[in-house]
Amino acid sequence: MGPQPPGTGRFGTVLVANRGEIAVRVMRTARRLGYHTVAVHSDADASAPHVAAADRAMAIGPAPASESYLSIEKILDAAQRSGAEAIHPGYGFLSENAAFAEACEEAGIVFIGPRPDAILAMGDKAEAKRRVADAGVPLLAGYNGEAQDEERLLAEAKTIGFPLMVKAAAGGGGKGMRLVADSAALPDALAAARREAKAAFGSETLILERAVVNPRHVEIQILADAHGNVVSLGERDCSVQRRHQKVLEEAPSPAVNEELRERMGTAAVAAARSVSYLGAGTVEFLLDDAGEFHFLEMNTRLQVEHPVTEMVTGFDLVEWQLRIAEGEPLGFGQDEARIDGHAIEARLYAEDPAHDFLPQTGEVIAWRAPEGAGVRVDSGIETGSEIRVHYDPMIAKIIAHGPDRERARARLVRALEETTLLGPAGNRGFLISVLEDERFASGTATTAMLEQMPEPAAVGPSELAAIAAHLYRARREAASAAAPGLAGFSSIGELGTWLELDFDGEHHPVRINDGPAGLRVEVDGEPVELELESNDVITVEALANGRILAHLRRVDVALTDLDALPPSAADALGEGVLLAPMHGAVIAAEAAAGDQVKSGQKLVVMEAMKMEQEVVADIDGTIEEIVAVGTQVSADQVVVRIAPSEG
Amino acid sequence: MPPFKSRANTAAESFATNREQMLELIAELRELEASARNRSDASRERFEARGQLLPRERIEHLLDPGAPWLELQSVAGWQADGERTAGGSLIAGVGYVSGTRCMVVAHDSGIGAGAMDWAAGEKLIRVQAIALENKLPFVFLVESAGANLLEYRVETWTQAGRWFANLAKLSGAGIPTVTVLHGSGTAGGAYFPGMSDVVIGVRGGGKAFLAGPPLLKAATGEIADAEELGGVDMHATVSGLIEHRAESDRDALRIARDVVARMHWGADWLWPAPADFEEPLYDPDEIAGIVPVDYRRGYDVREVIARIADGSDLLEFKADWGPETICLEASIHGYPAGLIANNGAIDNAGAAKVTHFIQRCTQLGTPLVFLQNITGYMVGIEAERGGMIKNGAKMIQAVMNTPVPRITMMLGASFGAGNYGMSGRGYDPRLLFAWPNSRSGVMGGAQAAQTMRIVAEDKAERKGESADAAEMDALVERITALYEAQEPAFVTSGRGLDDGVIDPRDSRKVLAISLATVHEAEIAKPRPLSFGVGRI
Repeated sequence: MGPQPPGTGRFGTVLVANRGEIAVRVMRTARRLGYHTVAVHSDADASAPHVAAADRAMAIGPAPASESYLSIEKILDAAQRSGAEAIHPGYGFLSENAAFAEACEEAGIVFIGPRPDAILAMGDKAEAKRRVADAGVPLLAGYNGEAQDEERLLAEAKTIGFPLMVKAAAGGGGKGMRLVADSAALPDALAAARREAKAAFGSETLILERAVVNPRHVEIQILADAHGNVVSLGERDCSVQRRHQKVLEEAPSPAVNEELRERMGTAAVAAARSVSYLGAGTVEFLLDDAGEFHFLEMNTRLQVEHPVTEMVTGFDLVEWQLRIAEGEPLGFGQDEARIDGHAIEARLYAEDPAHDFLPQTGEVIAWRAPEGAGVRVDSGIETGSEIRVHYDPMIAKIIAHGPDRERARARLVRALEETTLLGPAGNRGFLISVLEDERFASGTATTAMLEQMPEPAAVGPSELAAIAAHLYRARREAASAAAPGLAGFSSIGELGTWLELDFDGEHHPVRINDGPAGLRVEVDGEPVELELESNDVITVEALANGRILAHLRRVDVALTDLDALPPSAADALGEGVLLAPMHGAVIAAEAAAGDQVKSGQKLVVMEAMKMEQEVVADIDGTIEEIVAVGTQVSADQVVVRIAPSEG
Repeated sequence: MPPFKSRANTAAESFATNREQMLELIAELRELEASARNRSDASRERFEARGQLLPRERIEHLLDPGAPWLELQSVAGWQADGERTAGGSLIAGVGYVSGTRCMVVAHDSGIGAGAMDWAAGEKLIRVQAIALENKLPFVFLVESAGANLLEYRVETWTQAGRWFANLAKLSGAGIPTVTVLHGSGTAGGAYFPGMSDVVIGVRGGGKAFLAGPPLLKAATGEIADAEELGGVDMHATVSGLIEHRAESDRDALRIARDVVARMHWGADWLWPAPADFEEPLYDPDEIAGIVPVDYRRGYDVREVIARIADGSDLLEFKADWGPETICLEASIHGYPAGLIANNGAIDNAGAAKVTHFIQRCTQLGTPLVFLQNITGYMVGIEAERGGMIKNGAKMIQAVMNTPVPRITMMLGASFGAGNYGMSGRGYDPRLLFAWPNSRSGVMGGAQAAQTMRIVAEDKAERKGESADAAEMDALVERITALYEAQEPAFVTSGRGLDDGVIDPRDSRKVLAISLATVHEAEIAKPRPLSFGVGRI
């Protein structure tokens, strides 16, 4: 070995400056290669899985990321105190922060990633475009000049043509981004984009870009070593996006053939070379329906969706990040980067599709990752983990590989059906419905796909019956403690029992008849076949206050068992007894005991997850009891009692 | 002992025939039960319009999901008093509420608005006696129009007095009584809540008054609104008759479950029920094919016991002495029992053996299970000379006076003094169940008829006449019919002469529940109080 090339160094201990699934995933490879690993964690993450996965863990401050995972000072301090010689930044947080990379270099710690100047160049969209254009990479018609006055922008827009995109030069993640259909709409779009850009990135600088209608988002994975070798590892298609956030990613792209792959790969390698790139990086392109591709940006880090590339190429990208950072040359050439089969990744989020994908928090009551041939799970949670408001709600990635796209898709659907996440609502059912949507199944999805959402799986009598049967069996099991061997026995040949379930505010009485022929279930007075039972994965958790969480194949269901509520709470509905609509805090009480109120009058305001909900009087009367401001209440707890007015 | 080796041939044609005939009788039982349910169910619309649950639904809401339910006297009242519905418009059984074994009773107010006829009244008295003797907390779901004034009989008034007397007795014996007032309790019915330790009243439906508005108007001319006269709100806030106000039937039953849970009944004496017992080596389902429905056709009753007892593990007592009468030790669901059964008439040795066996079980405190298939005690010169009367009397004495709990099951024949000696209804077994094929009476119809014929012919002969053959045939026919009509299990059960007809294949489970119940009663430590819980 000669002297270390710039930006690299030998190391034995790696600190992973991240949390969640990516920290766990990086440590898995690091451990396999024999490195010692150091985790950092905020106070909220002290018992998180990524901490358990490391040899050593360093506390770096309170829960808010700005005071922990985003603090360059605290992370470097942790590295020095733990003797770490290299830092892997993961994605997000400080991964594309040139100042951090520079601070590492100054502290004599290897930053596992590109050099600061490459991060800076690619982080500035305008600069990035200038650089790659010089290297011959195709760009969309656009304007990325420094002059930002309204007149100039309007003039440039006319030259580019409509529709066009207005973007924040410093942006990412869809913030400050506007699609403009014609010139009349431009001034407003510019103003709005400036505002958002300023708020999100501290810079009002905008760029204009020709919009490609119904484009596909296709990106190329590259690896570059410190010896001038750059290879591309094929593409990933991330066209399925919801509001510019990726939902599904796959490799290879159904829209890319061998010839196009080679051209895009060459362009990506050229883009990487234009900034003397080091390590793993991704060059993103828009691919139009004529097969033309246009440079979007380069991500100077490991991507969330990197596993699909790993599964089709067989390369461990984290391994190569580490080896490159130690100054090793790439041990293979472009012709050895071959693609085997197909892989698709789904991002599991703790967010509720039924409520506009609002992020969800709370304890994970049950987590079970799927298993099976061709299935990979990168997760950063376990049963008992707490999903917190401070961090990204993406909690796991489920990836499936198959000999062809259809097999990979089928495996991923099945894996998602088996993935159990109970506690915070998740997007599992939504992911399945997207995977099964004809537009995705046929490989024709574009970034516009989710402007029309697929039909979500409904919760109907079959689902309620399956859950009720499951609950009944558990209760029957419990009953046999008092009478071993006699559970379910009735001397008159059948035994009826009832569950009073509340789903989405609707009361559903369920009767179960346990007889020699098995269970017969009636929901709302109608017999229901237990069809979901035999062939469905069911997990049901019964919690305090009658809260029931159920995992069914296609859908997760949260119910309330009214019989488990305090007596009187449920039956008194509609008679002046008002229940909390959700778990949360009471932020306003607009009446006091003894007040006369009218039906429809707002009485209590609750807040949870920044969402406010009102509790209004359902009858005219006098307030008997009202919850105090500041009280934390559970869903379906009584918050107001109104004595009805006479007459 | 090695487990019993079955010789039953389940592939035999007779097995299939037996089974088919037994299943028909079981189907008949289920039809009788269903007819009562359907009749009650016909009132569904009326109940739903009032926001009420049907009485059987009330019980289903009250009981622990999946816990066993032993319904009592589901056929009571059938054909007993004109054409009556099976069950006597009262539902009763032993079940679990919040983990506590209770006697649960409900007026079947879907039938005749829950009015109590004679059979229902007798059934209530019987299940109250079972609760008292077996120390079972008593939960009563009340909704009764009271007695039918149009069918007034003076004895029903006296009978009703006993219902309330029994509630006082239960409370005084330290057995909690809980009433849920779902509907009206008028006049006598008002004492159901009045005599209970704890009352839960359903707003809107529950009402209690000594005189309802019509009687009040008739008696004093006072005109009153039912709600102000005896509504739940009035009783909860003014009279103090009601402890817990509920918003609906469902709510009331949840409160009842809560009330029972907080009794912590048995917390300081109940041990966990045995759980590590073995199932029989032979399937209890085979009982249907082993036993001929006609009691005149013999079979080895040990084949039945081998399908009831844990591990088919039987220790027979004096197997070769009085072998037609079977005494053996076995366990059912982990509860040990002394089983007494018949493979023929009881002879002198058999009677003496039973007497000996009962004394031994008494010494050990082992409960007795009588499996009746008995045509009677042995008759004839040899039997009489051997002291059959004396030996039979000795056996009956032992049966009646042993302090250990007795449970009786009628498997087939139950005739004459055999019924007495084998712990029949008159001998107050704690619980008594009948198979649907069983028949009982003082003697078989044919024997009675033949006896009468011989007596009549002897009488004619003494007068030097010869009896008219046609007349004699008619006599035989009439007597046979008179006896046989009263023999079937459904008829005797209709008259309240057992605690329920059961599916023979459920015998193991029914006996398990029965033995567990009497065992718990033996170890229970209720706290009697001389006046019961008085409503202050």
